[in-house]
Order: sequence, then structure tokens, then C-alpha cells
Amino acid sequence: MLRLLEIEYHKLRYSRSAKILTLTYFILITFIALIASVEFNFGSVNFRVADQGIFNFPYIWHFNTYIASLLKLFLAIVIVSMMSNEYTNRTLKQNLIDGLSKKEFIASKFLTVIVFSLISTVFLFIVSLILGLSFSDFTEASIIFSDMEYMIGYFINLTGFFALCMFLGILIKRSAFALGFLFIWWIIESIIYGLLKWQVFRGTNIADQISRFFPLESMGNLIKEPFTRLTAVQAAATQIGSKIDKDYGIHWDQLLIVLLWTAIFVFLSYKLLQKRDL
Amino acid sequence: METILSLKNLTKKYGALTAVDQLSFTIEKGNVYGILGPNGSGKSTTLGMVLNVVNKTSGNFSWFDGSTDTHEALKKVGAIIEHPNFYPYMTAAQNLALVCKIKAVPKNKIDEKLEIVGLLDRKDSKFRTFSLGMKQRLAIASALLNDPKILILDEPTNGLDPQGIHQIREIIRKIAAGGTTILLASHLLDEVEKVCSHVVIIRKGKKLYSGPVDAINASHGFFKLQAADLQRLQQLLKEHPGIDKVSEKDDVVTAILKEPMAAETINEYLFEKGLSLSYLVKRKESLEEQFLQLTNQNPTA
Repeated sequence: MLRLLEIEYHKLRYSRSAKILTLTYFILITFIALIASVEFNFGSVNFRVADQGIFNFPYIWHFNTYIASLLKLFLAIVIVSMMSNEYTNRTLKQNLIDGLSKKEFIASKFLTVIVFSLISTVFLFIVSLILGLSFSDFTEASIIFSDMEYMIGYFINLTGFFALCMFLGILIKRSAFALGFLFIWWIIESIIYGLLKWQVFRGTNIADQISRFFPLESMGNLIKEPFTRLTAVQAAATQIGSKIDKDYGIHWDQLLIVLLWTAIFVFLSYKLLQKRDL
Repeated sequence: METILSLKNLTKKYGALTAVDQLSFTIEKGNVYGILGPNGSGKSTTLGMVLNVVNKTSGNFSWFDGSTDTHEALKKVGAIIEHPNFYPYMTAAQNLALVCKIKAVPKNKIDEKLEIVGLLDRKDSKFRTFSLGMKQRLAIASALLNDPKILILDEPTNGLDPQGIHQIREIIRKIAAGGTTILLASHLLDEVEKVCSHVVIIRKGKKLYSGPVDAINASHGFFKLQAADLQRLQQLLKEHPGIDKVSEKDDVVTAILKEPMAAETINEYLFEKGLSLSYLVKRKESLEEQFLQLTNQNPTA
């Protein structure tokens, strides 16, 4: 297993574009801290984002995992190109001739996906911990380490998304087209959802029940948007007479759906590779 | 004899097209084999199948008497298929280090192998800066990293300039002299003739001939003759016990020999029978003529 990771690390470490993108990704994660310094001035009212409690434990886990998961697209480019470049450089063929089995090839890529997700999760954990310790109103250990399931959700979210990218890289064989296809995939999911919601099952929530099984939708559902959970927003909502009643938690059935998609994408990648003549 | 690779009725179909048709042959240790066939005859597809990159339709092949999995066996094989495929952003040495990792062999042979192909001074240049000849030589160095039991080369001189072709052939000869088994696919006859001891000739995926290179060259040659009385010439030739077949075309009679015979002998024989020749020449068929003959005729004939 270590050998497979070493092989993939060797391929990535000399690629300048992979290095730049990975570095950008991690730097952007640390930039979450910059949100702290955002200030608005509404006339005489001074509004500082950091004071709104976004860096309070345990809310920070929710907020940071949500923001960081938006940045995963940078790493997705690395994943897609590390798959499709093997086709464009014809090095996949050479790898197999040199004695790597197709199973090992997929395993080395998927292991890399897991390592990328793991490093991101650990990195985000450290960044959030530091941010929280500097800004949070509560610093008791029991509060700090509550709601840790958001970290698990983040890890599964990344793994699932990258597994999809890996599959698309193998399926399409060209990085740019694969990324374009990812976008089209998202549009198709939205269209199907729209059709179900506004045409087929109008007025019911069956559409939502179905769409939560879609790959991208299920990943997106893992960590729900954290903004309406803020005290300030909730207070404002109450004032205008509506009440935001939403479940912000991480649900095991959602995790299971994403894990299932991950398994499906890895399996399909392998089957595709096995079936293809190079 | 140790068998390195054996193919049994190996077949590959692309839809309605049969690229490789019931191909069987065996590669023994220590020989230099050539797979010879025109472009599109199924050479690369055959190699692709035994190298795990093309899926076979039916039939079997086994490496080293079938004692290991194909991908494990391939770690003991060195192979280059058509284009040299490497990571363009890595240097020569980095690319070879990756191959070492895949083949699970130590990295200390990188310099030695680069030396063999004359690329040691360019080891830290990026692969994308290499010329085609250099890329091809790097590919050979990469194939040699594990001191392979067999070296497989698919059209190694394709697209190279004469100097490049010469360099590659010299390298192949050097490797062959060291006792490494080699399997060389080529559509170039003289390449196979110069380098190989055994040859498998295929056309449209079917095997036409397999055996030592000398054996297809073993014919005793033929005479081309002319005389005023062509009828009598042909008749006399047919009566001679050392002559196999006689044919006539454009007033020139061709007599194919059954056994070695000097031109003087036939001249004396015909003169004794009262026929004087106006033209006599003895020729030996080149491998090229035989190859063309083999590939043009019906494979079942």
C-alpha cells in the first residue's frame, strides 16, 4: 500500500501545476481567518463579522467545514488531471507494461484521494482550532470538541467528491472536458430536481426525498449552509415574523449515501479501466 | 529449454474485424525473435495482449510457464510499445526512478542503464526536451532497469533518422550479445534479418511462418535463362533431376533449384544436349522476395 502511495507521490511531486494548485488550496483554507477582519459600516452602526459568533465553538466546526468544502474545486482539478494526464501522456499504458496491475493503478489513485481528504481534514481542524481559540467566547474542552461530526462529514464529502472526479478523469480522458462534464453533471442534477419538484411531484416533498440520493446533491447535503443558524440572522428572522426551522446536523444516512457513491465511482473506474483497450 | 512466453490460439476481435487470429507461438530463452508483418497485421495488438494493455477475445498466453500473474511477470519483462511514454515534466532520471518503484527494483542501476544508451549526460534534462531518438533510447534504458529476462521492442526504429536507427540497432545488438532474450516487432525486413535468429511472420493476424530466420532463407536459389528455342529449354530443364520447378515469363525461363548447383553445371548439361544459352544468371532469393511471396499468398497454401 505504501508502495502505491509512493508511486503516486512521485508522479505528483514533480508536477508544477499540481504543486501550485495544492498549495493554493491550503493557503485559501487559511484565508478563512481573514473573514474575521471583515467589517461593515452602516452609517453609524459598525458591524464586525468576527463579533457575530461565527468563530464560537462548536459553531466554528460547522462554519469552517462548509466554507472549506467550497474550496475543494481546486484540489478537484489536481485529481482530474492526475487521472486524465495518464491517458494524454499515455503513461497509463507504460505503467501497466512496467508491471502495475489495473487494480493497483486504481488503488494508488484512490489512496491518494483518501490522503488528500485526510490531510485537508487535519489541516482544517488545526486552522479552526487556532481560530476558535483566538475568537471563541467559550473555550472549555467539552464545548471545543463537541459537534466533531462536522469533521467526519467534511472528510466524507471530500472523499466522495474526489472519487467522482477520479471517475470522470478516467471516463473522459481529458482534464478540461472532465471538469466541464462535472459542471454539466451538476446542471443535469439541478434540472432533474427542478422537473421533479415543479412538474412531477408538485406540492409535495417527494422530489427532495429523491434528490438527496443524487451524487452531488447527497454530498452537498452533508454539510448544510450555516448562515441561517447565526443568532443574528435568526433574531432578524424572528423580527420579520418568520421562523427558520431547519436541521443542521450531520446524518448517518446521508453519510451512507455518499460512501455508497464513493464505492460505486471507484468500482466503475476499475471496471472502465479493465474493459478498455489502451 | 526454458520457455519465457507461449501463446495459444490467441485471438483479438475489434467488432467484425479480427486483428489477431488464433495465433500460437513460443518464445524460448536466449534467442532473438522477430515478429514480422506489414503495417496493421496485428503485431502491436499481439504484444498489447501479452503486456496486459489490450484485452484478449479468446485463447491463452502464459508467462514463464504460467507460474505467476501477468502483472507480476511483467516486472521481469522490459517492454517498449511504439511511442516512448514518459511524464514530460520529469527528468530522465526521475522518470526512471518511477519505473524502479513500479517494478520494485533498487534505483542504483539508473546511471548504468543511462550509460548503455548514451544518455548519462542528459539525465537531469526534462523528458519533454528530448528528441525522438533520445526518447526511444530512454525507453530502452527504462526497459533494462530490472535486467529483464526478455526485452520486447515494438517498432523501435519507427520514425527515426538513419543515425538514430543505427544507434538503436547497435544497442539492441549489444543487449542481444549479452544473452538477453529479445522479441522485436517490425515491418522492416532487413531489421529482422540483421538482428533476429528466429522469426514469426504474420499477415492479417494469421501466422504464416515461424522458425529460424535461416530456414526461410534456405532455398538454393534459381536460374534465369534464355535461349533461341524456349520450348526445348524448358523441356530439358524439367528433365534435370536437380531442378524443382520451371516457369516462363517474358521470354525468360526461371528454374528453381532442388539442390545446390553451380551455373557451370547447368550450362554444361544444356550444351551437351545441344542447346546453347543466350542468357544465364544464378540468383538467390532475398528474404524480401520471400517475405513478399509469403505475405501475398494465401496463408493456407
